Amino acid sequence: MLESEFMRLAFATGAVVGLLAPAVGFFLVQRNMSLVGDGVGHTAFAGVAAGYLLGVSPVLTALVAAVAGAVGIEWLRSRRQAAGDQALALLFYTGLALGVVLASSAGALNVNLFAFLFGSILTVTREDLVVVAVLGAAGLATVALLYRALVGVVVDEEGARVAGVPVIPLNVLVAGLAGLTIGLSMQIVGILLIAALMVLPVIASVRVAWSMRSSILLAMAIGLASVFAGLTIAYYGDLPPGGAIVLVAAGAFLVTSLVDAVRRRG
Amino acid sequence: MPLAVELEDVSFAYRPGQPVLTNVDLAVEEGEFVAVAGPNGGGKTTLVRLALGLSRPGSGSVRLFGEPAHRFSRRAALGYVAQRAQLGGHGPVTVREVVAAGRLAQGGLLGPLRARDRAIVDAAIDDVGLSDHARAPLSELSGGQQQRAFIAKAFAGEPSLLVLDEPTAGVDAESQESLARLLDRLHRDRRVTTLYVSHEFGAVEGIVERLVLVRGGIVFDGPPATLPSEWHDPSHAHARE
Repeated sequence: MLESEFMRLAFATGAVVGLLAPAVGFFLVQRNMSLVGDGVGHTAFAGVAAGYLLGVSPVLTALVAAVAGAVGIEWLRSRRQAAGDQALALLFYTGLALGVVLASSAGALNVNLFAFLFGSILTVTREDLVVVAVLGAAGLATVALLYRALVGVVVDEEGARVAGVPVIPLNVLVAGLAGLTIGLSMQIVGILLIAALMVLPVIASVRVAWSMRSSILLAMAIGLASVFAGLTIAYYGDLPPGGAIVLVAAGAFLVTSLVDAVRRRG
Repeated sequence: MPLAVELEDVSFAYRPGQPVLTNVDLAVEEGEFVAVAGPNGGGKTTLVRLALGLSRPGSGSVRLFGEPAHRFSRRAALGYVAQRAQLGGHGPVTVREVVAAGRLAQGGLLGPLRARDRAIVDAAIDDVGLSDHARAPLSELSGGQQQRAFIAKAFAGEPSLLVLDEPTAGVDAESQESLARLLDRLHRDRRVTTLYVSHEFGAVEGIVERLVLVRGGIVFDGPPATLPSEWHDPSHAHARE
């Protein structure tokens, strides 16, 4: 399998995505914002379509649209212009509608677009890998550097706000990282399924972890394992990688739930 | 004695024509331990939010340590313990992780805690009697122990003003009084200005120097011993014996 360059590129990109998606998704799940990734994914879809229409890299336009969408949703939420689920609905439907209209205008409602929606191991180029590796490493470094601050806001947002911790900028940063993650992950996992890779490893890990730190590290390990196993299954089964990766992550959730249930009975 | 909190002729309404607080005057000196009590919906939490500068009054002025509350420059000096139901996060979090979060404003946002900050976190855990549970998930502790962890979190920030908003909600009467004794000891040791906000104030009646009753305005402000009998908290009759 790894004799093929496209698989080596897919695995290398997938390694970054598998670590980054749960690391960022952890802070969304902890703040009851598990579905934000879905809303941002639909904005990324509009970005891909805009890329086709403008004749520039759809990856780049999707990245910009995803970050802008994620920051926008956090802005609406923090200024109480809309409740969290309303802001999400606004983004979700507007992104999807805009994507369909733009893609149709560009004459791009075709198989290429499907690769972005559900992921494709054939679409990753060396240039893509460089972008994913550089931006992904920057995203992971940001999470590592601000880990204590992000956990502090999760544990007690109001207490942090009272003590003068810059809660709103930290929340906007998490939203921006979510947009970045979705933009980087869409070729491997697909726009419609990337949110699952941000959430499923996290809700799997918290069932067996014993601390915040162990939760996020275990979620990253599950994310990485899901990507590697999912890509392997997709290669040998000739399946879309996004679906295979997310089903493996869902399987991890079942396993940890079972372990948790057995532990509680014991 | 300089003032820690000062509200002068403060009124506040969330909607026009529906005042929550009217013409409130309150001055809390540095080092005081004050219970702010009153029925649910009486305006206690609003008063606290105004005092902390989280809300702006419709009229009047609010000052923290002599500065306008909404522009207070030393926010790291403020400790806050919210109602348990408002505390966030899903999944496991250890006592030590909770208390370390209290060091955020003082210890900086970036990277791991320094050795001095870690020592302060350990001392705060020790002070509330949770050293044996420092690595335990919070969910495995009783309601009273969980509140102790959040009190340790507030003290880890070495606050000049500590505000506890309904800290004993959902905690049994025995644990409430145990928490009150802990707060009394910590207050004596550190002389932190403390505002204890609760509709169940019986547990602290015998400890605080001053009780403020809030019902749309301040209807009583004085030593608990002088509180008219009909306003005593019936859930803790033995606290006054």
